[in-house]
Amino acid sequence: MPDLLIELFSEEIPARMQARAREDLKRLITDGLVEAGLTYASAGAFSTPRRLALTVEGLSPASPTTREERKGPRTDAPEAALEGFLRSTGLTRDQLEARDDKKGQVWFATITKPGRPAAEIVAEVLDGAIRNFPWPKSMRWGSGSLRWVRPLHSILCILTDEAGASVVPLDVDGIVSGNTTRGHRFMAPDSFAVTGFDDYAGKLRRAKVMLDADERASEIRSQAENLAFARGWQIVPDEGLLAEVAGLVEWPVPLMGVIEDRFLALPPEVLQTSMKEHQKFFSALNPATGRIEGFVTIANIETPDDGATILAGNQRVLAARLSDAAFFWENDLREAKSGMTAWAEGLAAVTFHNKLGSQADRVARVAALAREIAPLVGADPDHAERAARLAKLDLRSAMVGEFPELQGTMGRYYALEAGEPEAVADAARDHYSPLGPSDAVPTAPVSVAVALADKIDTLTGFWAIDEKPTGSKDPFALRRAALGVIRLVLENSIKSRMIFILITRVGRHLGMLLTSPVAAQRAAVDAVLTDIDSQYRNHVLEEFKDLHNGVLGEDMIAFTQKAADRAFDLLSFLHDRLKVYLRDQGIRHDIIDAVLAQDGNDDLVRVVARATALNDMLATEDGRNLTQGLKRAGNILTQAEGKDGVEYSFGADPKFAETEAERALFAALDHADPAIRAAMEAEDYPAAMTAIAGLRAPIDAFFETVQVNTDNQIVRRNRLNLLSRIREAGRQIADFTRIEG
Amino acid sequence: MTSPNRPRSFQEIILRLQGYWAQQGCAVLQPYDMEVGAGTFHPATTLRALGQRAWAAAYVQPSRRPTDGRYGENPNRLQHYYQYQVIIKPSPPDLQDLYLGSLRAIGLDPMVHDVRFVEDDWESPTLGAWGLGWEVWCDGMEVSQFTYFQQVGGHDCRPVSGELTYGLERLAMYVLGVEHVMDMPFNDPDAPIPLTYGDIFRQTEQEYSRWNFDQADTEMLFQHFKDAEAECARILSAAAEDSAGRRIPMAHPAYDQAIKASHLFNLLDARGVISVTERQAYIGRVRALAKGCADLFLTTDAAGAPA
Repeated sequence: MPDLLIELFSEEIPARMQARAREDLKRLITDGLVEAGLTYASAGAFSTPRRLALTVEGLSPASPTTREERKGPRTDAPEAALEGFLRSTGLTRDQLEARDDKKGQVWFATITKPGRPAAEIVAEVLDGAIRNFPWPKSMRWGSGSLRWVRPLHSILCILTDEAGASVVPLDVDGIVSGNTTRGHRFMAPDSFAVTGFDDYAGKLRRAKVMLDADERASEIRSQAENLAFARGWQIVPDEGLLAEVAGLVEWPVPLMGVIEDRFLALPPEVLQTSMKEHQKFFSALNPATGRIEGFVTIANIETPDDGATILAGNQRVLAARLSDAAFFWENDLREAKSGMTAWAEGLAAVTFHNKLGSQADRVARVAALAREIAPLVGADPDHAERAARLAKLDLRSAMVGEFPELQGTMGRYYALEAGEPEAVADAARDHYSPLGPSDAVPTAPVSVAVALADKIDTLTGFWAIDEKPTGSKDPFALRRAALGVIRLVLENSIKSRMIFILITRVGRHLGMLLTSPVAAQRAAVDAVLTDIDSQYRNHVLEEFKDLHNGVLGEDMIAFTQKAADRAFDLLSFLHDRLKVYLRDQGIRHDIIDAVLAQDGNDDLVRVVARATALNDMLATEDGRNLTQGLKRAGNILTQAEGKDGVEYSFGADPKFAETEAERALFAALDHADPAIRAAMEAEDYPAAMTAIAGLRAPIDAFFETVQVNTDNQIVRRNRLNLLSRIREAGRQIADFTRIEG
Repeated sequence: MTSPNRPRSFQEIILRLQGYWAQQGCAVLQPYDMEVGAGTFHPATTLRALGQRAWAAAYVQPSRRPTDGRYGENPNRLQHYYQYQVIIKPSPPDLQDLYLGSLRAIGLDPMVHDVRFVEDDWESPTLGAWGLGWEVWCDGMEVSQFTYFQQVGGHDCRPVSGELTYGLERLAMYVLGVEHVMDMPFNDPDAPIPLTYGDIFRQTEQEYSRWNFDQADTEMLFQHFKDAEAECARILSAAAEDSAGRRIPMAHPAYDQAIKASHLFNLLDARGVISVTERQAYIGRVRALAKGCADLFLTTDAAGAPA
């Protein structure tokens, strides 16, 4: 069984692309080999900045011979049909065989494909992999037309068996395969030949190249930690940086340096961000002072002066960078202390979106909304409004201009410098959260109020101007904002009928967009929207209508209708994101649909509580059977109602009950109905589930013994009305017709 | 500290680069005589990267970025500075090695320093150009930009040019061990009349910073922008044949107007009179000019178009 070794040697591959590239190489090659009929025992892929390598062990020496039998036309078919068959099989007539078939004699062809040697297949598969490699971005160079991530210089491709190693011949746009590679760019630049993977990895190591990215990463980690430990410091862990740096060096040589005292007063986040973003340094923390006082840089070379020149150079560059940062910090603090009015004015000059006004407009809206939300989340309204007004000011600071990722972090420092309370300053920092599905959700009331207001303003704004995400396009990160709203609401158990906020906000955005003839009515619209305190769609619209008739003109009906339509559309977008979120938590989409079909589905906390309780019930046998019973009742009713043209909804009377099972069901419903209603009103959903689950046995017994559609119309009607009581009991909890299975 | 190989002044670094790239066979050109934001704008790069003709040139390009002005006070930032630019088409297979040779020529020995090629894709929205490559780091500092041009003026580059850009001040400060650009020796510090960078440029940095930020007449600049745009469009739409029937498309004069428009836009930007939304529109207008010039250049002899 031969082993295969491939190395694609190029100019420096971007660090961020290497992990994906080695997986792609492995997949493309092994899939190709297997598809061509070869088998292999194991495969491993590796990368350094200058090479992608793949080892495949225990490869079959050749693909097996295959025979395929194909049925052709009847022997008495027209000549043309036979000729077509011969063309498609590549055989001649004398190679065909006539066999008896059900409908007479038929031609059969046996096509034999001889096995091919592994080398031939490898060459073909590798050629295809190189030409079709899925780099995120690729390029041409020189006069060639081949594309690779950066110029490709050499291809090493050998098969090794007991007899020794042999080159798999291959020529990709003039790059001819061989058995040689090169070591470290500076420390061992000469070319050398290899005979197999072990030989390759060993010789590379002697040539100052550590082939395995994981090994480089762990080497960096342990050496950096040792350097820090020697000073009593700790390396601030940063897995992303570690992976990146491991992709920037072939031979990691960590060097430790000290941050000059004059920079130690900078916030640790600034030191860390500047060192990481600009220089790919690891930060070293002095636990005794709690400050970041040092750094580790990873060089790619061993030098005669043990890195002294390199470290001195890095130290100089760092000093220049931190001088800039210190300059920004001092200027920013001065502005913060003087009230940040220049920054606030600056926000007015920045367009947020040409239809949604400036950043200053947006801040004013968020502040008003944060104030409105504050009581819902137990926050001081003054604090919430104040925090919202401050939260975006740091976007105008020099520091955030330089390091956008420090937005919020700097806002907190500047708010504290301006003498704001902690809760307000914290909200400036935390109001962007959560940014992703695993990001921490703020819990401090003021932070929650501002975070929610910020996201709801964004969502309602873009819904008002009809800029919704489509497919993979979501330039304003609205899905993320929606998930943020969902997580803020759920994790802080904020019970509220959200549709009210959505309609009024969408309405306000739309009001902003109104042009002159209607603009006069904007104040009136605002008044209308502020006064509405209803909870249901129709109710809201009714209320609008009443107000229109009294106060506003006919066009306002259309206006409010539009506001409501867009708000409900936004609500269903939130529901979609909620489904994705709950599915990840193990709740089936049909269960969520069944709950969302109920009234009050804009209270997400309630939706989730109901869905969870329903999910739990449906996990039991009682629950599953009950669902069947409810669905059966529903189906019979739908049929009968369709046929009779009436709705069976009330009037079931136990006195027309003819069987024990009917009477038992009456009794069970009399017992369950009030229990369910009480539990639902108390929002004790598990209790409601228990109550309805108690109907399982009587319903089962009813369907087992009772024939609903009897000739006696009085009895039949009574039974249908009884079924409607079952349906009603279910509807109190969820729309069971949506439950699958 | 001072090894014989170490250059002693800003100009010595430039002279060594000139000598090195001349030795590698590049035509050593002179700076383009117009205001540009970077060496890439020189027609020796922008236009010559187009078409099939082989090309190799190196030159110093004075560059202006009005928004970077700091009145000569910032140790690293200038509104007027120098780039060293090398462009070779088709890019030779050993371009990285050639580049490393140039570092050795100015006293940066890669066996003692940590030289790294770190991903950095290059894009010029105003030129409708992009390429892939790296920024080159020496001991954690970016000393050059290394790019394989893929498109210019919206046209695929075939063959591909390799472009090297050295930020001369920053590189020289590092090689010479200077902390503030104004303290850097421009000529030999032992010359009878030693001059620092500051002796030559401190006052001009102040004057231009004031003019760029506070004084430039924006109405006039807007008008100049319109004029340059109109003239460029007019040249581009002129008949290829002159009155005597000779075929003389005027790609370079048109491109001069595009360069002008681009610089005027930079000045207006520094004056803070272009809003965020307008910015994109202006960049698009300059790109349209550059694209028109590229289209026209491709019909000319210098691009290898059949006569």
